[in-house]
Amino acid sequence: MKSTLKLMTILFSLLLMNCGGKEEKKKEGFSYEKKTTTEQTLKKEDAVPASKKITLNNKGVGPITSLDLSSEIDQEMATHGADVFKKMCTACHRADKKFIGPAPTGILERRSPEWIMNMILNPEEMVQKDPLAKELLIEFNGSPMANQNLTQEEARAVLEYFRTLK
Amino acid sequence: MKNIFKSVVAILSVFIVFTSCNNSKQSNSGALAGNVADKVYVAPGEHDEFYAFISGGFSGQVSVYGLPSGRLFKVIPVFSQDAEKAWGYNEETKPMLNTSHGFVPWDDAHHPDISQTNGVIDGRWVFINGNNTPRIAKIDLSTFETTEIIEVPNSAGNHSSSFVTENTEYVVAGTRFSVPVPQKDMPIKDYKGNFKGALTFISVDPEHGHMDIKFQLIMPGFDYDLSHPGRGKSHGWFFFSTYNTEEASTLMEVNASQNDKDFIAAVNWKKIEEYVNNGGGIMMPTNYAHNVYDESTHMATSTMKKEVLTVNPLDVPGAVYLMPTPKSPHGCDVDPTGEYIVGSGKLSANLTVHSFTKMLAAIENQKFAGDAYGIPIINFEDSLAGVVEQPGLGPLHTEFDGQGNAYTTFFISSEVVKWKVGTWEVLDRQPCYYSVGHLMIPGGNSQKPFGKYVVAMNKITKDRYLPTGPEVTQSAQLYDISGDKMELLLDFPTVGEPHYAAGCPADLIKPRSKKIFNLEDNNHPYATKSELDTKVVREGNIVHVYMTTIRSHFSPDNIEGIKVGDKVYFHVTNLEQDYDVPHGVSIIGANTSELLIMPGQTETFVWEPKQVGVWPFYCTDFCSALHQEMQGYVRVSAANANTPLKWSLGEDIE
Repeated sequence: MKSTLKLMTILFSLLLMNCGGKEEKKKEGFSYEKKTTTEQTLKKEDAVPASKKITLNNKGVGPITSLDLSSEIDQEMATHGADVFKKMCTACHRADKKFIGPAPTGILERRSPEWIMNMILNPEEMVQKDPLAKELLIEFNGSPMANQNLTQEEARAVLEYFRTLK
Repeated sequence: MKNIFKSVVAILSVFIVFTSCNNSKQSNSGALAGNVADKVYVAPGEHDEFYAFISGGFSGQVSVYGLPSGRLFKVIPVFSQDAEKAWGYNEETKPMLNTSHGFVPWDDAHHPDISQTNGVIDGRWVFINGNNTPRIAKIDLSTFETTEIIEVPNSAGNHSSSFVTENTEYVVAGTRFSVPVPQKDMPIKDYKGNFKGALTFISVDPEHGHMDIKFQLIMPGFDYDLSHPGRGKSHGWFFFSTYNTEEASTLMEVNASQNDKDFIAAVNWKKIEEYVNNGGGIMMPTNYAHNVYDESTHMATSTMKKEVLTVNPLDVPGAVYLMPTPKSPHGCDVDPTGEYIVGSGKLSANLTVHSFTKMLAAIENQKFAGDAYGIPIINFEDSLAGVVEQPGLGPLHTEFDGQGNAYTTFFISSEVVKWKVGTWEVLDRQPCYYSVGHLMIPGGNSQKPFGKYVVAMNKITKDRYLPTGPEVTQSAQLYDISGDKMELLLDFPTVGEPHYAAGCPADLIKPRSKKIFNLEDNNHPYATKSELDTKVVREGNIVHVYMTTIRSHFSPDNIEGIKVGDKVYFHVTNLEQDYDVPHGVSIIGANTSELLIMPGQTETFVWEPKQVGVWPFYCTDFCSALHQEMQGYVRVSAANANTPLKWSLGEDIE
């Protein structure tokens, strides 16, 4: 009797193990509510992600306090800006798709020119003091916006290049 | 009401009495006063007043300390491989340790000296000598990195080095051990009269600091122990202490201590320079390495040089004289005015001080006591300025405070003794714990010392710190010398065995300290200046990976198509352009150290995978909140596999 029980137990466990094995083979990897956020810090009304928010009146924190853009794009400056962007920014930003950081395409529809330049020139203080920059840091997994030590002139050229990205 | 008023007054007056007590205590400042701690306390976030560059002795390195705090900031690798910074491990710096004897990954670093302009410390470079396989290194104080190492031929035990003249015209390297020049196979017992001592004058380019051997003075076969340049009135001369004028080659303790007096050799290098500039000297075939690190390519090249210009002192009359100095002098130190040359006879009870003016007069009068191998010997009394009578036992080194005082270390009696230059009277003495060797006053080897502190470097510490097994730390001690009496302020441990140090005000160096390397100016042949240019290139079984780093990823971070038996060069460029954001990298099984890459810099390590598999690499220097995510994989296939060469970063990012 005892040995029958033992045998049954062994068979049953084998069955279970088999089942488990088969099921795992069906899928690659596993799923554990990967997409559901467990962070409760975001408030309900923050349903719009920071990258999609429109904050044209926010000038940010940094050396640029006011900047008027001419109606025409300065092509020469934009070309220079594209070159600077390629050298200094493409490690984390691609023009038209989200990469490590957000894509600059259409950024002038969401951000003020001052905010953009301050984010380039003064990222450490921006993520500390500017609420939107802080939110963006969280949205992009805590990847810091690196200070690439651009001159104001270079940052201005990058901004002009951004105006061409629509 | 009145009572309350009275008691308030009473309490106040008690306070006043107490406070004034404290004040008076502070101004008295005895050795046991609580404010000794205040004198070395540099509050968190504040900076020290002085830099001290302390040699590491047998560690082969130079360590950078702050004074008065005694805090260690950096160990600069010079003559020894340093896995922490990949010095001598990465492909870029391996050539720095090349010599005529091949790759020599260690040396014994002795006497750092800071470059000077017009006799004053200028804070541009530190020079230091490698003692064992004779070399002189130059450290650039804008990057705190060793940027040049020149081997010294015909030299052995490069000890009377690496002191600079007052416009950094030359950095001088004298041999301690005399040897056959040129080297040859001969019996050791034939030393006397046949071995020679080379004193090497290495010119320093005033703009870039590039070193070049101008000439070697081939002297009699004594041991040339230490040296110092003339300054002010004696600028143009160099002074070398000697021992073993007996020219013994065995049982030196006895045989090199026979003569009552050895010599301080006075060399008129300006005269020899003129002789050489006019075509004098004999070009001798030799072989030595000259290694230069280029900041723009971030890599070093090693060139073997095949000849050296030698000068026989007898061919330049009036260029070299010998001043008799009692009992195996060690230190040979020149006061800030350039008038006095202090010889510390190790085995003598007294300190001997020579006068430059009296030496010139003796030369003028052509009054000599004789000659050694044709080099005139000045009468002992003729150049003697004075004697510091029985100041202590075992004098070694002397520094000056610029206020007319000298400070000499005594190894056997283990103390620093302060004495007055000119009157030769002893003013003060303080014990050292224990057995002091060198000492350093910032700017001490110049016309303008900063006489606020002296650092004593001790050979033995025994019970001064918590024990750490049989080997205990060596130690420096800081004394306040701003008052009449010296005051011991602080003990601090040192890296390796400190032989001498050089110090200067922090303000001289701080504003010039580089923060990043400009990516635009990176001319490394394997640099990758944009992530869009990263690639993997196969040339037979050599594979070049052009990789970049930025917070917090490598590009590429997935590589396939590497095979067992490949030699994979990872050329990694740090794209960061922000202060204090280095990245590190290594891969499992790499037979070398990590890389530690500064912003804008490119470094290379080699990996020769021996096993099939998928092998991770990662960033070794904590760089950001996502540092742990800074990782990647290399797929290694069998030697005969057909896995295509592929590289990528984030292909699945939408």
